[in-house]
Amino acid sequence: MTEMVEQMRISAVAEKVEARLRKRYGVERRFRLYGVAAIAVALTFLAVLLFSVLSQGVSAFRQNEVRLAISFDPAVIDPDGRRDHAILANADYAALIRQALLAHFPDADDRTGRRELSRLMSQGAELELRKLVLSDPSVIGTRRELWLPVTAAVDQLAKGHISRAAEQGGQFSERELARFDVLVAQGLLQPRFNKWLFTQGDSRQPEMAGLLGAIVGSFYALVVTLALSFPLGVATAVYLEEFAGTNRWTDLVEVNINNLAAVPSIVFGLLGLEIFLNLFGLPRSAPFVGGLCLTLVSLPTIIIAARVSLKAVPPWIREAAVGLGASRLQVVSHHVLPLAMPGILTGTIIGMARAVGESAPLLMIGMVAFIVDVPATPMDPATALPVQIYLWAASPERAFIERTSAAILVLLCFLAAMNAAAIYLRKRFERRW
Amino acid sequence: MQAKTLILATAALLALMTAAEARDQIKIVGSSTVYPFSTVVAEQFGKTSGFKTPVVESTGTGGGLKLFCAGADENSPDIANASRRIEPSEVAACATNGVKQITEVVIGYDGIVLANAKAGPTYTVTREQLFLATAKTVPQGGKLVPNPYKKWSEIDPGLPREDIVVFGPASNHGTRDAYVELVMQPACGKFPEIKALTGDARKVACDAIREDGAYVEVAENYTLILQKLLSQPHSVGILTFSYIDQNGDKIKAAMVDGQIATYDNIASMQYPVSRPLFFYVKKNHIGVIPGIKEYVAEFTSEKAFGKTGYLTDKGLIALPDADRKTEADKSKDWPNLQL
Repeated sequence: MTEMVEQMRISAVAEKVEARLRKRYGVERRFRLYGVAAIAVALTFLAVLLFSVLSQGVSAFRQNEVRLAISFDPAVIDPDGRRDHAILANADYAALIRQALLAHFPDADDRTGRRELSRLMSQGAELELRKLVLSDPSVIGTRRELWLPVTAAVDQLAKGHISRAAEQGGQFSERELARFDVLVAQGLLQPRFNKWLFTQGDSRQPEMAGLLGAIVGSFYALVVTLALSFPLGVATAVYLEEFAGTNRWTDLVEVNINNLAAVPSIVFGLLGLEIFLNLFGLPRSAPFVGGLCLTLVSLPTIIIAARVSLKAVPPWIREAAVGLGASRLQVVSHHVLPLAMPGILTGTIIGMARAVGESAPLLMIGMVAFIVDVPATPMDPATALPVQIYLWAASPERAFIERTSAAILVLLCFLAAMNAAAIYLRKRFERRW
Repeated sequence: MQAKTLILATAALLALMTAAEARDQIKIVGSSTVYPFSTVVAEQFGKTSGFKTPVVESTGTGGGLKLFCAGADENSPDIANASRRIEPSEVAACATNGVKQITEVVIGYDGIVLANAKAGPTYTVTREQLFLATAKTVPQGGKLVPNPYKKWSEIDPGLPREDIVVFGPASNHGTRDAYVELVMQPACGKFPEIKALTGDARKVACDAIREDGAYVEVAENYTLILQKLLSQPHSVGILTFSYIDQNGDKIKAAMVDGQIATYDNIASMQYPVSRPLFFYVKKNHIGVIPGIKEYVAEFTSEKAFGKTGYLTDKGLIALPDADRKTEADKSKDWPNLQL
């Protein structure tokens, strides 16, 4: 009798235990599910972002060009036959293109027809011819088949980004559309790799606008940033970590460094405007000044990363070195710093990646500007990649929409390459104790 | 060894700084409305003149004139673009900083256009209706009350039954100033309640734009306004003519006071909401910074700002023939600004 009661009690307890266990497993399952859901949401956003940028931007890497038989007529390019550089540079190359087009469309030889033909080819086509003649004057008098770029409007028409019909705002006449169709049908108008995007500076003609100026500007700014923030950051971290004791002053410095890491970057731009431009009189729009401002942005990141990696070097390395008679400087320079270097480099690259994507500080120092010439030195005016994206996004011409996305893709590629380098360095050289 | 490196580095830095002093490139700042025209001229100038391509910054008219007037030294900009006339206070600020001689050039007209998506309703409004839709306080029953209108049809039954949503430039923007000057101020004088006011009270009643969410300020970026218009077809944007010109397949202009914003209507001054565009040249930089004279000559040449010039392709409305002649002559005799 008592046994049965005992057994019932045991089974009741077991049931309760089991119920509680089920509940605990359930909670854990749900918790995992929340985690997966969180990751899924993040991935979805990333996918949407990448998809919208890719779907809009990929078409910008190809640019429609027309194959034309250009005869380099000496009477047009070089009437006196002296091959004088100045005359060749200022020759009427548009006339050569017009001749080639008229050979194709003899019916267009009236005033509107000529105007329409001039709206077909980009000004870049003339520049191409000029470059060809200047680099190799022997082409004068010959006839060559060349691929030459069309204007952005025609390019957008060929890509289907603007509509043909006049009632929907199409900019082309019936005759122009007919000529366009003939060129496409004959395979003379084709999308080809958009080399302008990587060999030119900015331009207001979308088909000739390129990123080279922005890439070089970003590069200069980054070199200045790296040259300043790496030594400064490492020296600060080494001193704070290895030499300075803990007292009120070092605490104060530490708090301030952590605070600086959280300061919005526009503040550094204002600081740069006041100090570097107004006080030191450095030139506006120069990537050198941009680099100085970005140094301020990336310095806290680098100091914090360097301190963490110095801390990760186990104390017995230091003790062993001291035990063998090394001075404190020798301990740091021969042992601690080399061991901490992979971590410091990783932190530096991440700091650089933040700097390269930064546009707010550059706004204040005049790097958000229309700049055509590719900068030759860090003191020449230049834009940077994120700034170029902003400028193109604000341009009214339709063809800049795809170029904006293309510029974003280029910037993302740079960022991905830098982060991959950081991961590689960590995996390859990091030591664990 | 280390001391040597330090000296070398300092020397290099100094060399860079001195190299920076002799500027051989024109610097232009100012209005984002003039920016599309100014940049096209700058690019053309750089390709054909043999001078370096000028650097053009889009800072807004007010910000640009502030930079322009900050000093007369070489580091300050040479030219300021403006979508409204320079104000006496700005001229005074210029003068205190040593910028005493300025030449004003008018480059053409720009229409301020109310536009909405092609998919949306068609708006045919008067300036009085626009005032009632966007002012902070409106006359009602003999006194001024905070703007109660939520739908266009509440202002006039003939207007669409849609919420009033207007995207327009923020208050530091020349286009906003022009909207106030060309739409709000002419319209508000027609209401007896406001006409009775004087001085500051009248100015506030005429100039203040509502802040209850019906007028949405969008800073410095017309492309953003364009995107908002497409996503909300009933909303209206305050844009400049060049945006309609470039995006006529997506948005349409509203009719204002019975006139539609077309090139011809703006050029003939029939369209009521249009304004001149300017740039200002710092005279003491002419001859110091190479190319200023030639840049202004290029800008005011017939092939640029003339009736069939390349700027009209970008949406600029050309000045009448006689005025163009006057402006073009300014690149030779540089008359001082007369307010």
